[in-house]
Amino acid sequence: MVATNGQQPAERAGAGADEQQPDTQRKVNRVVIRFAGDSGDGMQLTGDRFTSEAAAFGNDLATLPNYPAEIRAPAGTLPGVSSFQLHFADYDILTPGDRPDVLVAMNPAALKANLGDLPHGATVVVNTDEFTKRNLKKVGYEQSPLESGELDRFTLHRVAMSELTKGAVAETGLTRKEAERCKNMFALGLLSWMYHRPTENTERFLREKFSGKPQVAEANLLAFRAGWNYGETTESFAVTYEVEPASLPEGTYRQVTGNLALSYGLVAAGQRSELPVFLGSYPITPASDVLHEMAKHKNFGVTTFQAEDEIAGVGAALGAAFGGSLGVTTTSGPGLALKSETIGLAVALELPMLICDIQRGGPSTGLPTKTEQADLLQALYGRNGESPVPVLAPRSPADCFDIAVDAVRIALTYRTPVLLLSDGATANGSEPWMIPDVANLPDLRVDFATEANATDGSEEFWPYLRDPRTLARQWAIPGTAGLEHRVGGLEKLDGKGSISYDPDNHDAMVRLRQRRIDGIEVDDVEVDDPGGDARVLVLGWGSSYGPIGAACRRLRARGMSIAQTHLRHLNPMPGNLGEVLRRYERVVVPEMNMGQLAMLLRSRYLVDAQSYTKVAGLPFQAEELENVLSDVVQGVEL
Amino acid sequence: MTTNLGLPTMGGLAEVPTTDEEYSAKDFTSDQEVRWCPGCGDYAVLAAVRGFLPELGIKRENTVFVSGIGCSARFPYYMNTYGMHSIHGRAPTIATGLATTRPDLSVWVVTGDGDGLSIGGNHLIHALRRNVNITVLLFNNRIYGLTKGQYSPTSDQGTVTKSTPVGSVDTPFNPVSLALGAEAGFVARTLDSDRAHLTETLRAAAAHRGSSLVEIYQNCPIFNDGAFDVLKDSDEKQRRLIQLRHGEPVTFGPEDERFGVVRDERGELRVAKLDEIDERDLVIHDAHREDTGHAFALSRLGGQDLDPTVTGVFRAVDRPTYDDQARQQLDDAARQRPADLQQLLTGRDTWTI
Repeated sequence: MVATNGQQPAERAGAGADEQQPDTQRKVNRVVIRFAGDSGDGMQLTGDRFTSEAAAFGNDLATLPNYPAEIRAPAGTLPGVSSFQLHFADYDILTPGDRPDVLVAMNPAALKANLGDLPHGATVVVNTDEFTKRNLKKVGYEQSPLESGELDRFTLHRVAMSELTKGAVAETGLTRKEAERCKNMFALGLLSWMYHRPTENTERFLREKFSGKPQVAEANLLAFRAGWNYGETTESFAVTYEVEPASLPEGTYRQVTGNLALSYGLVAAGQRSELPVFLGSYPITPASDVLHEMAKHKNFGVTTFQAEDEIAGVGAALGAAFGGSLGVTTTSGPGLALKSETIGLAVALELPMLICDIQRGGPSTGLPTKTEQADLLQALYGRNGESPVPVLAPRSPADCFDIAVDAVRIALTYRTPVLLLSDGATANGSEPWMIPDVANLPDLRVDFATEANATDGSEEFWPYLRDPRTLARQWAIPGTAGLEHRVGGLEKLDGKGSISYDPDNHDAMVRLRQRRIDGIEVDDVEVDDPGGDARVLVLGWGSSYGPIGAACRRLRARGMSIAQTHLRHLNPMPGNLGEVLRRYERVVVPEMNMGQLAMLLRSRYLVDAQSYTKVAGLPFQAEELENVLSDVVQGVEL
Repeated sequence: MTTNLGLPTMGGLAEVPTTDEEYSAKDFTSDQEVRWCPGCGDYAVLAAVRGFLPELGIKRENTVFVSGIGCSARFPYYMNTYGMHSIHGRAPTIATGLATTRPDLSVWVVTGDGDGLSIGGNHLIHALRRNVNITVLLFNNRIYGLTKGQYSPTSDQGTVTKSTPVGSVDTPFNPVSLALGAEAGFVARTLDSDRAHLTETLRAAAAHRGSSLVEIYQNCPIFNDGAFDVLKDSDEKQRRLIQLRHGEPVTFGPEDERFGVVRDERGELRVAKLDEIDERDLVIHDAHREDTGHAFALSRLGGQDLDPTVTGVFRAVDRPTYDDQARQQLDDAARQRPADLQQLLTGRDTWTI
């Protein structure tokens, strides 16, 4: 998915084979493949490799990993099923796809768990070796679905993947158990053949990944090639498919996940601000990968601190910020709850800091590996007292880079903690990213205070004197002679910064803090309305950008008009938003929560925003939004 | 696996810039009016800190005091240095971030028995374990002052307060034992009322590189007045107070009734009358022992009843600090790989359209 608003083919619901060709090779515009197996079967790796192959070929793509919170649930059971869905196409796509055109099921549990998502006519590739009586019984199959006829509406390929893999790698001398572990590479090889994927990168990847274990590397390579050859030589696969490279805007691309793009954004912001980056964090799904990634970049002056808990992570980040570093903390919903008191302190101290919340299903521990966007009100209001903070949300994996840089710009310019709300789907999903030219990234350098600033002629430093435009106070870091001062959570006298219990001062400070955040400059929203005659506006925030956009394309392909806009800044909201909302007869707000943004829009802009909500731990499907939105559009047109 | 970084043994202030300016206590005094209750032990500690900082010879602007919440937490406001009055129990976390990123600062944490051992207990033990180069002053008055007199994690069992009208039932912490259990490299105990010993202890703590914990017995005249009076009465003090000296036998008591600490047949330490033992059996204090067992055993002599009370430096052992090692990793990485942002963003697998 690449952020463009040009006219593109609608993302259709069914399989993408639209050019009937009699030969054995068909061109398709797009394909959705889902690899599913036991959580120990290596499905995430398989999906990731196929994604890299598609990216290297120049397809546009979007991915959706879906895995259980348990590291290894009992083998062969439904709770243990892990899957990776990948959508790739010859045009710019917006979502990982609603329904897989191809399901690779490594065992009966993987088949059963995913069967309901398949459209008629889908292709199903199963590993027959795992369809034993015992495994079938584990998931409640009385009779094998391979024999019962319930798969008749699909194109079924039965492949004895385990045995074929074992045979292929026998020469390496691995044990049977070790040999069988390579079956995911067999599946990858087979699918790579079906879709004409380049294989050099995967071969190189396997050699590097197992460079310390040449025997294992060799076995994986043999399994991968055996899968490819199996497709080529057996007659059971009559047709292969070709998906041409996509015509995306000119540039150099790479594939990124949201968490990787976010990490790069933080590193880049450190470089552009010329500040050392300090990340204080406590491991939590799905945020931990940012900590892992940042830990690799010490050469960029990035310190990562794995704290004893969430509170210590944000506390250390704030301490580093007091000392003149770019303080960052990363977490997910429950961790944000723990950090809230320290964020409130940062609001009182008026120091820059970035808090990244990679949202997951809640409340409480909730659904650690599933996505949700229900922390919006927590981010905005989840602290004691009047405690305003800017809030930003990326709309796609690649957008995490830009959002991180912009969040740091706001933090440094306005001397405030900033909340960045990503989510599980964005964090783990991937897409092509047009690599930016570093020289074009914003200059984020700051001026630390160096001299006394008192307005009464004394030689004092007043920490709460403000820049008249931004209302930001000066950042005077320890080590600066003559500027010794004390900050703290107690209310401060505006200007001088001494402790103040004065009622009028408190009222003024509460309003000042609010005004400072309200006055932050953010980009206006842009509205996508190709026909210019839409009467319905659909507005979303965060990761729902893809499915909303795909649904809009479908509507337009059906001849309906609909306008789309998307919020990346949740606080403050863009200056033109009120005017945009009032331009349309109906405003629809789809959210993966109970209507948090819709409530804000209704109260702030007095618009009758219509909320559509789903809180299922999975992203919206384009098809369901298409149905919701077409009902609204048709209702208006009646 | 441990990495020997080959770091030279450095003092706690080794990287803090020094000054030739002659500071006095007044230079460390802010314009804020001190608002502790009359008779509060905090005054004595404040005076001692203001009085002793000039002798360190470091730049005032490179000194930072960080506190949490509680009576003691007002301390930074009264110091004319950089300071932060943060939130309850979290000062060690803030100090950790600051000390890790700024080796040129002398970072002090001021905390109390509630702030440091109750709400912030987790952060305190982890800061000590990690060995961040900070000095923690733990004001122990065995009571909650700011919230008006509830019992604390160091209160005697049976303490009657508004929240425990028929007496508290929980077992108190021994802060020195706790710190030693948390692998602290420097652990000491002193008294608010003994300016000389307090100053000497602070001096040793500041000189130590790594986390230092100084427990200061401190009187709360409002909610727990006289808790440490036995250590201020000249007769009782002589009978109870042990001042540890590195390399010297552990003895105490008035001229006419000397006591010493010996190891009994079970290997435990006990107090014995000097004239009833062979002086060769006396325990010699060794603050530099790697093994915490010796210091821990000394910390278990006496307890809540202050009979006896062991003060001084229990343990002063150099080991690599968290912040030195973290910075070393950054330096090594920077030497090995140039920071080329464009190269990082571009990565290895790209395609061009």
